[in-house]
Amino acid sequence: MEASLLLIQLLNGLQLGILLFLLSAGLTLTFGIMDFVNLAHGSLYMLGAFICASLTQLTGSFALAALLAVPLTALCGLLIEMVVIRQLYSRNHLDHVLATFGLILCLDTIAEIVWSPAGIAIALPDILNGQLEVLPGVVVPVFRLLIIAVGLLAAAGLYLLVNHTKLGMLIRAGASNRTMVGALGVDIKTLFSGVFAIGAALAGLAGLLVAPIAEASIGMGNEIIITAFVVIIIGGIGSMKGAFIAALLIGLIDTLGRSYLDDIFKLIMSNEAAETAAPAISAMLIYLMMAVILAIRPQGLFPASSR
Amino acid sequence: MSTKQSAILETTDLCKRFGGVLATDHVNLNVLKGEVHALIGPNGAGKTTLISQLSGLLKPDSGQIKFKGKNLTGKPAHKFARAGLARSFQITSLFADMTLLQNVALAIQANAGHSFSFWRDATTDDRLLEPAYHYLQTTGLAGNADRLASAVSHGERRQLEVAMALATEPSLLLLDEPMAGMGTDESNLMVEILQKLSGEKTILLIEHDMDAVFTLADRISVLVYGRIIATGNKEQIQSNPDVKAAYLGEASNGEASNA
Amino acid sequence: MSETKLKNNSKPRPLSFWINAILLLLLAVVPPILFITGQPFWLDVFTRLVILALAATALNLVLGYGGLVSFGHAAYLGLGAYAVGIPTYHALYGGMDAIASFNGFLHLGLAVLVSALFALLTGAISLRTRGVNFIMITMAFGQMIFYAIVALENYGGDDGLTIDVRSEFPLISLDNPLTLYGLCYLSLLMALFIVYKITRSRFGLTLQGARSNEERMRSLGVNCYRYQLVAIVISGAICGYAGFLLGNFSTFISPEMMDWTRSGELMFMVILGGAAFLCGPIFGAAAFILLEEVLRDVTIHWHLPFGLLLILSVLFFRGGLSGALDRLRSQGDKP
Repeated sequence: MEASLLLIQLLNGLQLGILLFLLSAGLTLTFGIMDFVNLAHGSLYMLGAFICASLTQLTGSFALAALLAVPLTALCGLLIEMVVIRQLYSRNHLDHVLATFGLILCLDTIAEIVWSPAGIAIALPDILNGQLEVLPGVVVPVFRLLIIAVGLLAAAGLYLLVNHTKLGMLIRAGASNRTMVGALGVDIKTLFSGVFAIGAALAGLAGLLVAPIAEASIGMGNEIIITAFVVIIIGGIGSMKGAFIAALLIGLIDTLGRSYLDDIFKLIMSNEAAETAAPAISAMLIYLMMAVILAIRPQGLFPASSR
Repeated sequence: MSTKQSAILETTDLCKRFGGVLATDHVNLNVLKGEVHALIGPNGAGKTTLISQLSGLLKPDSGQIKFKGKNLTGKPAHKFARAGLARSFQITSLFADMTLLQNVALAIQANAGHSFSFWRDATTDDRLLEPAYHYLQTTGLAGNADRLASAVSHGERRQLEVAMALATEPSLLLLDEPMAGMGTDESNLMVEILQKLSGEKTILLIEHDMDAVFTLADRISVLVYGRIIATGNKEQIQSNPDVKAAYLGEASNGEASNA
Repeated sequence: MSETKLKNNSKPRPLSFWINAILLLLLAVVPPILFITGQPFWLDVFTRLVILALAATALNLVLGYGGLVSFGHAAYLGLGAYAVGIPTYHALYGGMDAIASFNGFLHLGLAVLVSALFALLTGAISLRTRGVNFIMITMAFGQMIFYAIVALENYGGDDGLTIDVRSEFPLISLDNPLTLYGLCYLSLLMALFIVYKITRSRFGLTLQGARSNEERMRSLGVNCYRYQLVAIVISGAICGYAGFLLGNFSTFISPEMMDWTRSGELMFMVILGGAAFLCGPIFGAAAFILLEEVLRDVTIHWHLPFGLLLILSVLFFRGGLSGALDRLRSQGDKP
């Protein structure tokens, strides 16, 4: 186990954690303010990736495409909110879950029609494609550092939003309470649409950041959304701080688990057994962690006030 | 305070704090076996907070709750119920999508021990249905047995609350404002029902309606700002200067709820 | 959620009784006739329908009668199917002598036991929470099994596993499609009967009381947790059994069958039929699968109209089929 390799893995874990945070931040916003559970959040992530990929091909510039993709995904989010989501706020969580499940089928199929089922890979511009020697012997791709930087920036923005705005007050109070929102003198319809669009923008941002590494593909959101759920369950549902910490925790544990678990297992069992067990256990690792944390703290690490 | 008779419920220095407010302030309350004990107090006096602690829905910060000599402090609500303390709810809390009969049957079933019986048909089981009818009769609801709880009137729901509390065959019946929101006729009916029960049950009654309280209660405790300022019989309470002072601002309110 | 039908004695049989009876009769007669008249394809469709209806019936116990929104039930289908696949694999290719076998009773027992155990462990933790947390946690646990199977490359991982030999039973052969359908159909009847009995028992009333008003239940002195956990275990075991049938039916199993979206489909079947309506899941499964077949014929992008219909059903078809039935005879006792 080389130290430099470990460092690279830590960075990878951090990168995954950042992406998870961008996704779970949107979920936290919509849940914290509208009391809405959005399964289709992952589809917005997918849309972000596809929009960015298409625009990159069209304009030839990833940077320009990325800049455009965020507001465009937010716009998609806004549209979805106005057509479907808005009808559901007054319903219970079961209805939210069912309707947004239907929405996933629709959005995935629309993406399939628009972009073909094959998925799109995009190349990075040369500046971002390089490697950087951050420490002697530790070479990391520039783009990964960029993802981390962008993610931290978004986290800082959300920190300001949560701690220094009226909107943030609502989130901190865990107030999914219309009368309270109304008492603040905000137009609820506009507010809810706006919040949903912000969540969509964050999901789109995560999607476009992934596109150059993993390519945009149909259904890419449906896998990561569950991990994002695990993040907010562990963090304490509705808590932005909890989402941030849990996202990084999950990113690191998942990445390190996949890289090192077989080595650890080999210390205590035969090589053969370790090689069978390690992948399965590391795939389950974050869920097992979730189980342990919930067994001790059913409301997660940072419960957002009693609900 | 007299504890010559055996106290069935006894609290010692019970405290509950919300933020900076002591909602329950060193409350020492005794309910004696066989009596109807009323707990009154102006709005915001902390009656609901106190009763939530007495039924285990809320954990006190300090102090002790003894019920039939057993210390129940900090125990979950179902342990309180198991010990023989049944409560009705101020905000009616029923099984809305079930019939009145089923509501009471559930209470009987809960009292009969565990319900890990998977095969025998409970919906035709006379061991449940017969007593359920009996309690509906006691509370004047026999004619409504097959109606859904969500479909009956407010007053009837309050009566059902009492029927369900009775069905658990409690040693102490904790009634949280059974007359709240009722019209005069409904109130009178409820007083009648409770009067019939008063001979056989120990009741702790939380109620705004002073007429009802003075008609029903053997003893009365007055709660103001989380503290019990007086306990005694009707005459003692009516002549107590502290109580008068506390109720002076509220007097009109107390009258109003009789209207 | 829709109203409960607990006590219909001393009244004429309700409309829903006749609808259920006709449905079950049709399911007994039509698919075999289709098969005999040379349309084996439709027997396959109906076999799948009946198996999924069985799984949805299991889910209905928890979701409909218990009011617990479990979003991980596909995991039990998967566990049940792999309880056929893995022993069969080892019986053919060696290894794991303890379970290597074609014996159907072993497969069946394994499917039920493993599912029940998984339900017990994950239920014990999930039930410490309520509401959204419960939804997401059951979802996450379901997905955990998905990833665990993906990671087990011995058994094909992502690519899935072919079951070369079906579970073996004395006297009957599951290789005969009609026999297999018969077994699935009888299993469904059995499960319906079990759920029917349970929901009318003291246990079932307690479960429904907890759905209706859990706090009230607690103040009556009932520890709801234990009842809900037992319901989850029973439901998981039945669903695992459905997985055992599904494995024998499809003979190709893969993690895909326990993806969380499969769980979502099962939930839809329950809700479309009307939660806490005994035969609701059958109607739901039928609507789901027949619609799927029809739309698939029309367009390869059938998920789009399908998804739209699902959204519309949530928005405008509240209470599912049983809700619609209630509205039909709404002169009754509703506010």
